Amino acid sequence: MTDRHVVVVGAGPAGLAAAETALAAGARVTLIDAGDRPGGQYHRMLPEAYDAARPEVLHHGWRAFDRRRRRVLAHPRCSWWSDTSVWALERPDPERPGPPRVHVLRGPADAGGRRRTTLDPDALVLAVGAHDRVLPFPGWELPGVFTAGAAQALAKGERVVVGDRVVVAGTGPFLLPVAASLLEAGSRVLEVLEANSPGTVARGWSRRPWQLAAQAAKGGELAEYSALLLRHRVPYRTGRTVVEARGDGRVEEVVTARLRADWSVALGSERTLAVDAACVTHGFSPQLELPVAAGCALRTGTGGEFVEVDSDQATTVPGVYAAGEITGVAGAPAARAEGALAGWLAAGGDREAATLRPLRRSRDQGRAFAARLARAHPIGAAWPGWLRPETVVCRCEDADYASLCRAAEAPQTASARVAKLETRAGLGPCQARICGPTVAELNARLSGAPAESAVEGLPAPAPHRRPIAQPIRLGDLAAPPEPHHP
Amino acid sequence: MSPRRVRAGSDAARRRDRPLRITVDGEPVDGIAGQTVAGVLLAAGRLAWRTGRSGAPRGVFCGIGVCFDCLVTVGEERDVRACRRRVRDGDVVTTQSRNAPGPDRDPDRRGKPGAPGAEER
Ligand SMILES: Cc1cc2nc3c(=O)[nH]c(=O)nc-3n(C[C@H](O)[C@H](O)[C@H](O)COP(=O)(O)OP(=O)(O)OC[C@H]3O[C@@H](n4cnc5c(N)ncnc54)[C@H](O)[C@@H]3O)c2cc1C
Ligand code: FES
Repeated sequence: MTDRHVVVVGAGPAGLAAAETALAAGARVTLIDAGDRPGGQYHRMLPEAYDAARPEVLHHGWRAFDRRRRRVLAHPRCSWWSDTSVWALERPDPERPGPPRVHVLRGPADAGGRRRTTLDPDALVLAVGAHDRVLPFPGWELPGVFTAGAAQALAKGERVVVGDRVVVAGTGPFLLPVAASLLEAGSRVLEVLEANSPGTVARGWSRRPWQLAAQAAKGGELAEYSALLLRHRVPYRTGRTVVEARGDGRVEEVVTARLRADWSVALGSERTLAVDAACVTHGFSPQLELPVAAGCALRTGTGGEFVEVDSDQATTVPGVYAAGEITGVAGAPAARAEGALAGWLAAGGDREAATLRPLRRSRDQGRAFAARLARAHPIGAAWPGWLRPETVVCRCEDADYASLCRAAEAPQTASARVAKLETRAGLGPCQARICGPTVAELNARLSGAPAESAVEGLPAPAPHRRPIAQPIRLGDLAAPPEPHHP
Repeated sequence: MSPRRVRAGSDAARRRDRPLRITVDGEPVDGIAGQTVAGVLLAAGRLAWRTGRSGAPRGVFCGIGVCFDCLVTVGEERDVRACRRRVRDGDVVTTQSRNAPGPDRDPDRRGKPGAPGAEER
């Protein structure tokens, strides 16, 4: 028994594996997830009320997952806190090293009167995952345009399909499971469009091909999806994407176009396609608000910013570990390996234990896979060519491209921060989760200034700093929390 | 056509449906136990239920609680993410608009600081 109390935030592949190894090392574990069932995005479970007799048909690796979740959730030293949102992390005393205090709200999403409590763990594992990144294009705010993840979540998690004539577009291998889920549920998938050219994709993947052998499970999954597309005669096209959605109050057609390697539109290549839904993804954005609130340093890698971790999955804050998609986008097997390492070490398990060797190896392979994934499916620099002056860039505030250009080009408003106040881009309810990276990039290009340059007299802006990580009602904030003593 | 639920009879996962009913802006809408508010609305053929700042219709975008495009009022509670909240039988759902009265409707003022929308908190 290490008698340590480890709090794991997120019960996806990474968090569940972390809980399992922390328990194995002897710790007490509190496993927290905002959802009511474990599994995260990859093993998104059907609601309990569906009483599904054969849930495994919708999943890869269901048996192993099912065994793991039963073992972890039933463990006498594990407290499973479902329907629980971590809304803030607080460093109580900057002098005192160690993990921050964890503020949680327990109860249905966004309900009033949820129970508020705090936890003071010996170690904290953050495994909160990512969400789709979607670049703006004219009409992307029309109802019927979904993120690919939304279509996946609805089909896999609720058995709702978003439409009957669907196009799936963007970049990355994630396009394939989304198309497969739609087909499985009975939609017609008209086309799957990978924006990158075959050259970019091939060059990204085939450098050091032996590294891919380690990801054989992933490869098998992808081969299965490709076979399914073939069987349903769904064309998979590279170097083409959706550059516009049109319709009266909802999407009715999309314009697709052939792209050059830099994602500029090849003139005259436009085609219109009648659809009732469009599913789009241009990669994933890690959910960084909790790591940033904890004080963890970030690193900029291929494909964006992620939490910096060492070879033990430790962040730069003592006692805080990170695993899964927030440290790099490499899929579920890599998330699992990282989680297993993080949980064991957070629990104070032996760093030299023989069982860690294969885990470290598969974590390293996962990192190599992530690097290739990012190289094979980059966002092309010329995508702003799709925008028109009236194109919505920030969905919450309906801030359009023209107002962003005006703000960035006028010397008195050119700084990212002032431009934000001027256009309100990024100040709406989603707090720039959706448009943040896009607005920062456009602003940097338009004003010629680096994306997050400081303004005189103000602290440097921190794009992922959202002191309130999840919404909390003012009434609940006013009531004092009940401290939790496990 | 519109979004829909896979029919229980042909669902490979072999689910069992327990029907329930909610009201949306006073109209009855049928769903099944376990669905989210967004799932019920979509499966009932509704693609949009909120209006954004410009008055344009909005529904589900991210599906996992990140974009806040799907906000509804459930009972007395405003700003509930429809994609995150499971329905209960008899839930009273009202749709929301981001349009604030007064200067915020004026397109020249829209987007300027100091003209907060109704949903600001
Ligand atoms: C919508 C969506 C669907 C996906 N579907 C697939 C798929 O079908 N196949 C595939 O190969 N890949 C899929 N992916 C990619 C997927 O992100 C990874 O493969 C894998 O799930 C990552 O595992 P993870 O443990 O890092 O994070 P996740 O699986 O995302 O798990 C993170 C968990 O943390 C919880 N959480 C986050 N913030 C908080 C908080 N503040 N408080 C409490 N809990 C919190 C979330 O509820 C979630 O359960 C999907 C991604 C998205 C965004
Ligand atoms: S659809 Fe994005 S928050 Fe609900």
